Amino acid sequence: MSLSESEVRHVAMLARLALTDEEVASLQGDLNSILGHIDTIQQLDLASVPPTAHAIPVTNVTRADVVVPGLSHEAALMNAPAEQDGAFLIPQIVGGGDDA
Amino acid sequence: MSDLNLAARTADEIRSLVASREASAREVAESAIARVEAIDGDVHAFNQVTPELAFAAADKIDAMVAAGDELPPLAGVPAAFKDNMNLLGTRTTCSSRILANYESAYDCTAVARLINAGVLPLGKLNMDEFAFGSSGETSAWGSAKNPWDLGRVPGGSSAGSAAAVASGMATVTLGSDTGGSIRQPGALTGTVALKPTYGRVSRYGCVAFASSLDQIGPFSRSVQDSARVLEAISGKDPMDATSVERPAERFVAAARNADVSGMRVGIVRDMLDMEGVTPSVRASVLAAAARLEAMGATVGEVDLPTSQHGLAAYYIIGPAEASSNLARFDGIRYGHRAEHPTDTLDLYMRSRAEGFGTEAKRRIMLGTYALSAGYYDAYYGQAQKARTLIATEFTAAFEKFDVLLTPTSPQVAWKFGEKSDPLTMYLADIYTIPVNLAGNCAISVPCGFAEEDGVKLPIGLQIIGDYFAEAKVFAAAAAIERDLALDMRSPLVAG
Repeated sequence: MSLSESEVRHVAMLARLALTDEEVASLQGDLNSILGHIDTIQQLDLASVPPTAHAIPVTNVTRADVVVPGLSHEAALMNAPAEQDGAFLIPQIVGGGDDA
Repeated sequence: MSDLNLAARTADEIRSLVASREASAREVAESAIARVEAIDGDVHAFNQVTPELAFAAADKIDAMVAAGDELPPLAGVPAAFKDNMNLLGTRTTCSSRILANYESAYDCTAVARLINAGVLPLGKLNMDEFAFGSSGETSAWGSAKNPWDLGRVPGGSSAGSAAAVASGMATVTLGSDTGGSIRQPGALTGTVALKPTYGRVSRYGCVAFASSLDQIGPFSRSVQDSARVLEAISGKDPMDATSVERPAERFVAAARNADVSGMRVGIVRDMLDMEGVTPSVRASVLAAAARLEAMGATVGEVDLPTSQHGLAAYYIIGPAEASSNLARFDGIRYGHRAEHPTDTLDLYMRSRAEGFGTEAKRRIMLGTYALSAGYYDAYYGQAQKARTLIATEFTAAFEKFDVLLTPTSPQVAWKFGEKSDPLTMYLADIYTIPVNLAGNCAISVPCGFAEEDGVKLPIGLQIIGDYFAEAKVFAAAAAIERDLALDMRSPLVAG
């Protein structure tokens, strides 16, 4: 399989990456070269093989329903690029307000 | 200040120095920090040096010595941590611009356990950005260098973790291994480097790359030190649901005994015969197998045919999980935020584009594509099935053998800039990746040298064990270490 330029731009949108035209061109070449190798996996006959998501058996883990110390409000906000009133501040996402 | 010659000492020796009051932990910390200040300008293993944390830890140890308390197992041992592990009082940058100013908000469990075991935290170590790389070169802060030849790569992604130990700045360090990121730099720098079984060590507080593959493990200059660190950091952690409680195992005793009599050793023939393995690497691995046989092991051969497809499966699963894990870096709660966004979509897209480096973008794109509608079954589904086959092959091999041998890396350390094509770089991890896919354990231990351009460069032997069979792996590695008795002091240590 190989990616066209418009597919690269579509994947970049899905990945939320604003790529430059140069990056799109260079990634198109890189990805197609890597996919060329990855496609060798299609040679394996895996029709009857179950998939593995985790290397070791994973089971649900529960704990007693008691309050334990967690991340404090201050710690959660300490790396915020912008904050206001103890919350993360982001650009307005719902239009029309007077204070926009 | 007396020269404690820390660069030549093992963790046990340093602890003894402190316990016997030959040196105070404070003197050890001062000596270690002085060495970092003297040579890290050349090696660039550290992203951040933390003398205040080292001195505070040292003073605690010295108070215990003064009080006559029993000292913890790694008391006074200079240590440092890959910069994807959180530690209060330090930044955790993952060597990425997107986290340039990120302050740790809590402690990584493995780091906290090692500090509880008495180590002196010297700082945070350089790495490939978000652990995406096999040479250290994708670090946004400039690559760490190989102490055997500063013009060559130390391997990656735990580049600084390897270089700090090989240059004698830290006695032990922690790295993380998703496809070889501990073992491969271990091989390229002549250090002992362990990827424990998946679940053996908690991943809590280590910034996730591929959650089903990542595992934290130690770098050291001796097998026994590696075992000592594993004893300190392993075990169930309520904060990581995939961590596993196992009965206490005596890894240090296994390393000390180094008993391989009757051990069944399998050379992975088809992997050893792959294209691209340099003759000196191949010869050293076969020579190590012969030494194990001479020490009483039985040596046979095995093939792992699906492992040849490990690289393809890994470059689907790894990037797929990474693209999902790295979705959290969106400029909202932490990390770089683009200026003057027009709306939230613009904020996400430009914050990520400005913050991530080239290789991170490549992996995110690859993973997003592999998971996208219409391609999921062909890529991710197929890779997960290949993963089953690889694990099944290992399980069958471990019915016949206790440990398996391969080279850790097909070649010794190469020069900066030599592998500019991404796929060529990916092939550097051909021997280490299958173990992450299967989830079992493996160590890289020095087994010889190759000479390139008149420079002596270390070769690593990979010893692979079954799930939770670290004790056997340590025994075999320690036997090789003791038998070969190689002088593994890099030029920066030997002078």
